[in-house]
Amino acid sequence: MTVSQIDEEVAKLLELKAQLGGDDGKQTFVLKTAKGTRDYNPKQMAIREKVFNTIVSCFKRHGAETIDTPVFELKETLTGKYGEDSKLIYDLKDQGGELLSLRYDLTVPFARYLAMNKITNIKRYHIAKVYRRDNPAMTRGRYREFYQCDFDIAGQYDPMIPDAECLKIVYEILSELDLGDFHIKVNDRRILDGMFAVCGVPDEKFRTICSTVDKLDKMLWEDVKNEMVKEKGLTEEAADQIGEYVSMQGGMDLAERLLHDPKLSQSKQACAGLTDMKQLFSYLQLFQITDKLSAEKVRTTETQVLVASAQKNLLEERLRLTAELWNAGIKAELLYKKNPKLLTQLQHCEETGIPLVAILGEQELKDGVVKVRNVATREEVRKASQKRGWGNVCSAVEKIL
Amino acid sequence: MADKARIQEAVKAQGEVVRRLKADKASKEQIDEEVAKLLELKAQLGGDDGKQTFVLKTAKGTRDYNPKQMAIREKVFNTIVSCFKRHGAETIDTPVFELKETLTGKYGEDSKLIYDLKDQGGELLSLRYDLTVPFARYLAMNKITNIKRYHIAKVYRRDNPAMTRGRYREFYQCDFDIAGQYDPMIPDAECLKIVYEILSELDLGDFHIKVNDRRILDGMFAVCGVPDEKFRTICSTVDKLDKMLWEDVKNEMVKEKGLTEEAADQIGEYVSMQGGMDLAERLLHDPKLSQSKQACAGLTDMKQLFSYLQLFQITDKVVFDLSLARGLDYYTGVIYEAVLCQTLQAPTPAPAEQNGAVSGEEGGVSVGSVAGGGRYDGLVGMFDPKGRKVPCVGVSIGIERIFSIMEQKAELSAEKVRTTETQVLVASAQKNLLEERLRLTAELWNAGIKAELLYKKNPKLLTQLQHCEETGIPLVAILGEQELKDGVVKVRNVATREEVDVSRAELVEEIKKRTSES
Repeated sequence: MTVSQIDEEVAKLLELKAQLGGDDGKQTFVLKTAKGTRDYNPKQMAIREKVFNTIVSCFKRHGAETIDTPVFELKETLTGKYGEDSKLIYDLKDQGGELLSLRYDLTVPFARYLAMNKITNIKRYHIAKVYRRDNPAMTRGRYREFYQCDFDIAGQYDPMIPDAECLKIVYEILSELDLGDFHIKVNDRRILDGMFAVCGVPDEKFRTICSTVDKLDKMLWEDVKNEMVKEKGLTEEAADQIGEYVSMQGGMDLAERLLHDPKLSQSKQACAGLTDMKQLFSYLQLFQITDKLSAEKVRTTETQVLVASAQKNLLEERLRLTAELWNAGIKAELLYKKNPKLLTQLQHCEETGIPLVAILGEQELKDGVVKVRNVATREEVRKASQKRGWGNVCSAVEKIL
Repeated sequence: MADKARIQEAVKAQGEVVRRLKADKASKEQIDEEVAKLLELKAQLGGDDGKQTFVLKTAKGTRDYNPKQMAIREKVFNTIVSCFKRHGAETIDTPVFELKETLTGKYGEDSKLIYDLKDQGGELLSLRYDLTVPFARYLAMNKITNIKRYHIAKVYRRDNPAMTRGRYREFYQCDFDIAGQYDPMIPDAECLKIVYEILSELDLGDFHIKVNDRRILDGMFAVCGVPDEKFRTICSTVDKLDKMLWEDVKNEMVKEKGLTEEAADQIGEYVSMQGGMDLAERLLHDPKLSQSKQACAGLTDMKQLFSYLQLFQITDKVVFDLSLARGLDYYTGVIYEAVLCQTLQAPTPAPAEQNGAVSGEEGGVSVGSVAGGGRYDGLVGMFDPKGRKVPCVGVSIGIERIFSIMEQKAELSAEKVRTTETQVLVASAQKNLLEERLRLTAELWNAGIKAELLYKKNPKLLTQLQHCEETGIPLVAILGEQELKDGVVKVRNVATREEVDVSRAELVEEIKKRTSES
């Protein structure tokens, strides 16, 4: 055969192979889903359907509409909206058209939808999957593709009514899903900022201090304070002041009390936030959901007094006083630490609902008194004399109780 | 925010420094040094100069669904899913993207329409093109040999959207498939029964379902003298018969695909045939066609299918049509397509079909298919390392086309589409009744009643009534000072304007009664 004849037949062969779609007819067997994603099998789908039904019924009960948006947006739409998290956005390959990215949340698409359609008022829910390229630890349940379920009320209304309805909705959903007991924490950005301001935090550190405070549900106060002082450059004084505030929990009463707090009331911002907080709680009372808000805590102990020390090396005195209280039939506790910080002891009271704290201090001991404080109001209730023995302190405490 | 403002000031100042140096013709090193400082400052702004851009459009070929469209969509899904559940199907869900390798080599020419994700250092990914390949992967991955499943989800194709023709790049697919080795044609018949039920319940007007079989088509091509290697390409030309006239189809076969005119004419004779079980019987005795073993197998199964369809009582709408030749490569047996019979008086042209089937002409004949599918026995085996086959038969409902039709219907009808399901608005007739409104609304919510109130302390009664009219809320519970003293609430029917006083204690019951009646 001549070269040209061979070439001709080879050309035909290649053309035939090309028709096979470039994979030589060999099929590769890839039996996995992409990293960070998973299938839902029929059992999981059945559970999912039940959960969605409960949640959607609640949204509908409150008169919400729903929308849907595309899974990808123009890259520009998402650019600049997520700060540091932007590196976690999935981009689509540039295939000659517009640059696209998979949606990272449902809020930015919602904002785009409102602006695009010039909508000023809407009550909408949106349940859909979003995409984030972070490092999934599958055992910790962190996926790259996961559902978000958002409910939002957009529009100018009389203050706090829509805000109260959002909380009512959360309460209804969590109750109906039968997940066990829950509680809802509430705060206000203006109160936080006001608090930072009066504690001496410089303006430009607000956001970063805020994210440190946010870690209080994962870390102990000592470590949070450490981060504020050592890493974020706050003075220890400012940190301590913040510490006193952030250990506070309550309901409308707390908001009322803080409006009269000499320091905090100096911040206009904080006052606005606190006034709105009171309004919110009044609505929540009408909605009958205050039982699950920070206000009324369900106590697991019945302790009436915590015996605390304000300085170091007062363990002996604490042990002695606590024993006296027990002997008098008063339910008392002390921390199992030789030298606990006062703030830590106060936090313990807040967390477990102990109403009184008896504080032993060096000066007070010299003067022969014990300060007894109401934990909720922070007011000193009594300076009980212990000159003639701890017995006096006991009766003083009894009287208060 | 304070940071940004400070840096912006610094950028301005530094910009001045650079400008002055250049104007003074300072040394290159000096200018370079100051320019470097300027660039570093600008970099601190994060590259967007503090300006937030908000791009007010969706990506090409995609769209938002507004509340009205969502309400219509929900109704359609409910009807369809009820049907699937009635037939004992389960559902699954798969991720929106797959490993690129999973999708490679499965879609033939259409592969260039797949959306790839950018290589960001990890696995190469692509957005799913349909729900069938993910299904095959799911079966192989979990070593499942038998399942009856439905899956409703969006898929992605980068073709050229003609928005006026309703062709999108992101669109819903609604698939139902029966996988497993069973006695022939029974699951195939159930698929057709399901299509029939869904299209009937959706009230889209008259429809019919065309059925054919890949083996009959291939047998027909063989006995008409089509060379083996041209089967697939001739098949896709025949597929165009619902869009093009026979002359043009024949032209393409002869001029573009190199068929002899004789072969084309012979094909022409067969593809004009339509009928029922009788046609299958007749063709089994056709001297030419009966020479093909393949065609005979297909025809025998077609007879069996029709006998089952008779028992299912759906033959009034099913026709054996030899011109049906669906696009995708992986069908191995029976194939079918459902088409609506009439056009609506639509101002915009009907949207193009996105299942792989083809749209019809506007203003005349059919408006395009609303469902299509068939048997595909070889696909799952492609995913299994041992090549174990799992035979499958299924159908894909043309949901987007159906949405379009329902949306048009809604526009043309007098009835309003509600976007909420609220049953009662809690209103106040005078000022200072917000507390009572909040209390009563919470009571209704706690009793499971769908209720709303306006987010205003002192709304006017008229405004509240208007809100009901606009959003279709049927009842109003009106709180008034006198009524509160008397312990009653006025319940008003928004449509009829009838009002009745109901005691506070009986209010929940009364509302429940009225809303269950509607």
